Amino acid sequence: MSDKEKINENEVLQNEVKENVEKDDALEKAREARKSMAARSAAVKEVAEKTSADGQVAVASGEAVIKDIKFKKPRAKMNGWDWAFVICNTIFLICFCIVTLYPVLNTAAYSFTDGREAILKNVHLLPKKFTTAAYKQVFEMPGIRWGLLTTVGRTAVGSILSLAANALLAFIISRKKFLFRNGLSLFWVITMYASGGLIPTIYLMTKLHFVGTFWVYVIPGMVSAFNILVLRTFMDGIPESYEESAQLDGAGYMTIFAKIISPLCKPVYATIFLFVAVGHWNSWFDALIYNKFNIKLTTLQYELQKLLASLTQKTGSADSGGKTTTQSPTTSIQVRSAATIATMLPIICLYPFLQRYFVTGIQLGGVKE
Amino acid sequence: MSSNEKDASEIKLKSKISKTELKRQKVLLIIAALYVIYGIVFYYLPLAGWIMAFENFSIGKGIFKSEKAGLRWFKYLFKKNSSFPRVIRNTLAMGSLNLVSQTITAIGFAILLNEVRNTFGKKLVQTISYLPHFLSWIVVTSIVREAFATNGMVNELLVNLHILKSPISYFMHTQYFWPIVAISNVWKETGWNAIIYLATITSIDPALYEAAAIDGAGRWQKIKNITLPGLRSTIIILLIMNIGNVINAGFEIQYLLGTGVLSPVSTTIDIYVLNHGMKNFSLGTAAGIFKTFVSMIFVFTFNFIARKTGEDHLF
Repeated sequence: MSDKEKINENEVLQNEVKENVEKDDALEKAREARKSMAARSAAVKEVAEKTSADGQVAVASGEAVIKDIKFKKPRAKMNGWDWAFVICNTIFLICFCIVTLYPVLNTAAYSFTDGREAILKNVHLLPKKFTTAAYKQVFEMPGIRWGLLTTVGRTAVGSILSLAANALLAFIISRKKFLFRNGLSLFWVITMYASGGLIPTIYLMTKLHFVGTFWVYVIPGMVSAFNILVLRTFMDGIPESYEESAQLDGAGYMTIFAKIISPLCKPVYATIFLFVAVGHWNSWFDALIYNKFNIKLTTLQYELQKLLASLTQKTGSADSGGKTTTQSPTTSIQVRSAATIATMLPIICLYPFLQRYFVTGIQLGGVKE
Repeated sequence: MSSNEKDASEIKLKSKISKTELKRQKVLLIIAALYVIYGIVFYYLPLAGWIMAFENFSIGKGIFKSEKAGLRWFKYLFKKNSSFPRVIRNTLAMGSLNLVSQTITAIGFAILLNEVRNTFGKKLVQTISYLPHFLSWIVVTSIVREAFATNGMVNELLVNLHILKSPISYFMHTQYFWPIVAISNVWKETGWNAIIYLATITSIDPALYEAAAIDGAGRWQKIKNITLPGLRSTIIILLIMNIGNVINAGFEIQYLLGTGVLSPVSTTIDIYVLNHGMKNFSLGTAAGIFKTFVSMIFVFTFNFIARKTGEDHLF
């Protein structure tokens, strides 16, 4: 080993020692800092306890303290009343959920319960003697089958047509350069407040030969001022420069609508589509007034209503539903429950995933009903 | 800029636009014209059908050839022994009951839900709360009928809690019908109606709550002094918008549940129109016009009061 190397080694050792010393210093400093921090936070805690308010009271004790607190993220200090509030609130909201869900779950349980058990009216959340007989019976009814077909048809066709029609009109109204912008917009806003009423509308549909057709479900309600309002609010938020630059490139209005505005509007399109689709799925009144006697054109909800009414009559009234015994293997409560659950199933399955679109819609349009 | 100058410049602008833009906007104008035709046919023609209320309409003769009847059908609605005043009473009673109960529950629910700190729990409760809104009234009335049946869950609960000695048959007595309608509406719409209030609460400046916390305000004081005043203008606007709907107390639940012995308290204007109007178009139209006017009067009056008292107003 040469001298040079030894010297080097020494230097290295010395450096190490130095570093160690420095480290110790740093550690000591850190310890001191920690102590002071602990002291500070203890002080803060004291203050907080004294005032028995939120931890943020500590704002008064200076910025450094705030940093400590934010770093530690302590939960807001809660006194007895706050705890009582939180507990009561939680219990209340749990009760709210039970009240909301229980009737639906109970109906579902009945729909899967065997007839003899169902008649005892002793079913709560779980079915007794599981069976799907009631569902089989419901889906064998020709009315329900035709109703399902019509409803699926009107939901698909109606929602697509309605979305296209509303989007195009909203696009026109939201063009800032459009010549009759205010006039057209007023023309539709008026329809929101003044409506002819039921009888003139029925008379009009008769005159237009819409009664007894599929189109009576789709065409009359296709354009609606509320949906236009929602779409327009969203489209107004899209910068005009998009349109201008496309126009410079030679795009016509239809191209701008299809290629530029529509892709940007996807979320609000989804919202409107869902609003309309739920409306179509749940509709029954138009089937009652226009297509009552045409079994092939009534809607699912209307058929459900007919079924519920006939089953209620069969057993006297809803009140004595449980007391009468029938010979049939499925009882009326089972069939009623099965039909109810079957008609609401698509919506129940889909809405949790789509709810954010509904919420967007309600916030864009301000209020609906 | 003086008004004359302004006018002049506007005219100039318009003439300039109509020359250059008219050609460019050809597509838009054609489509807009189609929409106007659609609107006239499906929204404005029914308004023209109001003529029917002023004549002895017969389908054979049509709107323009039926004989004039003046105000005959409006007088008929309010003649002695007419059932229409009772129908108005039912409508207004159920409408106001619904409006009050729904507003209070929606605000209450929004405030309580807003106090939940756990994000997952909050989301879960909110999602569950929307569920009934998406169910049709047919499904809801089917559930309500089961729930309030003599051996249904409401009676079961009340008897087990010893609030009732024996089950009540709610659908056999008229006095329970309005509360059942209100409860059903609350069950169906509370979560949905709360959305708009929750959105408003979220938009309240958090600095207000922090400042209140520094001053030592508790939860209750924060709700009373910050959240509720923050909701004030939303509540007023929604009330104005919904007050016109008091006369639209609903049609579906009353039509589906209020049969038989309940019809004296369950018949609303809409049901009256449907029952009488299918046989007598003139009478049905007259009742419909009455409803539209009352609704307009409500909205304008409430808006006027709000404006006079310095609150937010719609127009």
